[in-house]
Amino acid sequence: MAAGRSGGCVPTEAPMEGWGVVLGVAAGAVRGSIPYLFVSLGECLTEKSGKINLGMEGVLLMGAVTAFGVSDRSGSPWFGLLAAALAGAILGALHAGLTRLPRVNDVASGIAMILFGSGLAFFIGKQFVAPMAPQLPLIDLGGWSASPAIRSALRISPLFFCGIALGFALDFVFRRTRWGLYVRASGDDPMAARSIGIPVGAVRMAATVVGASMAAVGGAHLTLYYPGIWSEGISGGQGLMAVALVIFARWQPLRCVLAALLFGGAQALGPSLQAAGQTGYYQLFNASPYLLTLTLMALTGSRHGGLSGAPGSLGRSG
Amino acid sequence: MIAYKPARIIESLVIPVGALLTGTALFGLFCAALGENGFAVFHSIYRAAFADWYSWQNTLTRAAPLLLCGLCTALPARAGLIVIGNEGAMVVGAIGAVSAGLAFPDAPHIASILLMAAAGMICGGLWICIAASLHHFRGVNAVISSLLLNYIAIALLNHLIEGPMRDPASLNNPSTRPLAAAQHLGLIPGSRVHDGLLFGLAACAAAWFLFSRTAFGFSARVVGGNIRAAQLCGIGIGRVLLILSFLGGACAGLAGMVEVAAVQGRANASVNTGYGYAGILVAFLARHNPAGIVLVSLLLGGIVASGGMLQRAHNLPDAAVMVLQGILFLVILCSETLYGRWTERRLRAN
Repeated sequence: MAAGRSGGCVPTEAPMEGWGVVLGVAAGAVRGSIPYLFVSLGECLTEKSGKINLGMEGVLLMGAVTAFGVSDRSGSPWFGLLAAALAGAILGALHAGLTRLPRVNDVASGIAMILFGSGLAFFIGKQFVAPMAPQLPLIDLGGWSASPAIRSALRISPLFFCGIALGFALDFVFRRTRWGLYVRASGDDPMAARSIGIPVGAVRMAATVVGASMAAVGGAHLTLYYPGIWSEGISGGQGLMAVALVIFARWQPLRCVLAALLFGGAQALGPSLQAAGQTGYYQLFNASPYLLTLTLMALTGSRHGGLSGAPGSLGRSG
Repeated sequence: MIAYKPARIIESLVIPVGALLTGTALFGLFCAALGENGFAVFHSIYRAAFADWYSWQNTLTRAAPLLLCGLCTALPARAGLIVIGNEGAMVVGAIGAVSAGLAFPDAPHIASILLMAAAGMICGGLWICIAASLHHFRGVNAVISSLLLNYIAIALLNHLIEGPMRDPASLNNPSTRPLAAAQHLGLIPGSRVHDGLLFGLAACAAAWFLFSRTAFGFSARVVGGNIRAAQLCGIGIGRVLLILSFLGGACAGLAGMVEVAAVQGRANASVNTGYGYAGILVAFLARHNPAGIVLVSLLLGGIVASGGMLQRAHNLPDAAVMVLQGILFLVILCSETLYGRWTERRLRAN
């Protein structure tokens, strides 16, 4: 119990415990949302172009381990970030190249990429079990407050702001630019897009590569932020949940941002409650993001499939 | 038409074998890039997996859960529903089997084995049915929902073994109370291989019979081939999907029961073995064909069994086996694109 409390925020006064949980969840939402943010925006871009990349789990893990390794060897977390993005792009190119072949199914290839990506990440990661890599610098917004709890909650990774900005940027690109139109046209009706001269295959390739490289940056956050160690359970299925999250967000970047925050918060609920002394159902609270996703997918779905807002040719070869 | 059928048979042999060879060659290159002799690595895999009766027994022991977990993906896939909740169904099956076993600790051997198997199968089957009914009634993608169900099952297992079902005597490795000796699964006479292998082979034979000899199996193949045609024939699609998913989940649940009754003797975190994920690979490599599942399970069982040997003899981490599986999976998928290239040309030439 004592150990649990020292992890909590304000251990002295009983009424503060409720606030401790709220603050913990809010800080956790900011911290935990970053992988969801990047993976879901990457997947959103990929799916808008008409491809599904279920292999984001493998990409996330490869991003995490590459960032860890490069940042450890080179001493600069920014190199780690760059290398992670590159690793993600390579995996994305592999997936896009495979699924361009006739009769190769997006979903099956995605499952294969999960196995391959995570296997490769575990393989590489075996040598990095103990040490801690150099961390990304944090942005300190809590200097005005005397409370150490608030101050630690407001030390935020720069990737969080990058992710939010990326969400707005993607929204702008989809709505207002020619490239966004190309991507949307390839996803909604590849035949029509081809007939006006859009190179659908190349657009999908580019969208998958860029999307996977975004997701890998989300993976880099996992190892370049406190506690900054590599372990095989580091992603815990977040890559796949982010894919589900895109469906929940109806393929809109700004809704992806909100959904990512929601998921981050749900994920922080278990540890915060444990810090406040509620240990009985800790393991079940760990399942809350998965249950939340499942419930939301069930509620937003419909008997006849065909979700509103889905790109027209999603999951069909064409 | 005369030349069509033999060409198809040749194609269905040449393409998978060629893909397997290409995959192993790529893994050999991967090893070579790390400074290991690829041929030596393959020789070690062979020695650890297939060289003598001792290693064959290792392979067969690992093939047993792979057979059952492979069926979990393969059965619904025949009707066009891709489910990858094998790991979760296996964990839930293990929970069900252990609960049933601990509830009746004094039952005789046969009765308790049957009871635990039934409990595991029902739990696993219903677990996969959740994903299938979400797909059928709410249009939720079954790949994603069944994957999320895996994590929920694992959290449930961790909750139960650390909370309500915990044996106070298990300190570092939280577990349930152990099963009685009479509740352990026996060994196949003359070997160290447990009876789970027989369960797996029987399940594959039953699946083969179901698909090739029964009306239900035929309607399942129609649903998988052309859902519109199935609707026109008046086949109840939901019924077919739910039954196949239940059967598939029951197979994975049985694998969970085998894991607790033959390997662990109780439920703990090791029940979550990774066989479920390998089962997805088995199903895809076998192209969801029960006979193919037997062959692929032996092959993958051998690869899994050689993980320790690779670590000892070549200092490769155990994840090397996962890399090999991933490469094989990707290459096999790639080879899908080759089917029909030659046969259709032959057909046109005739």
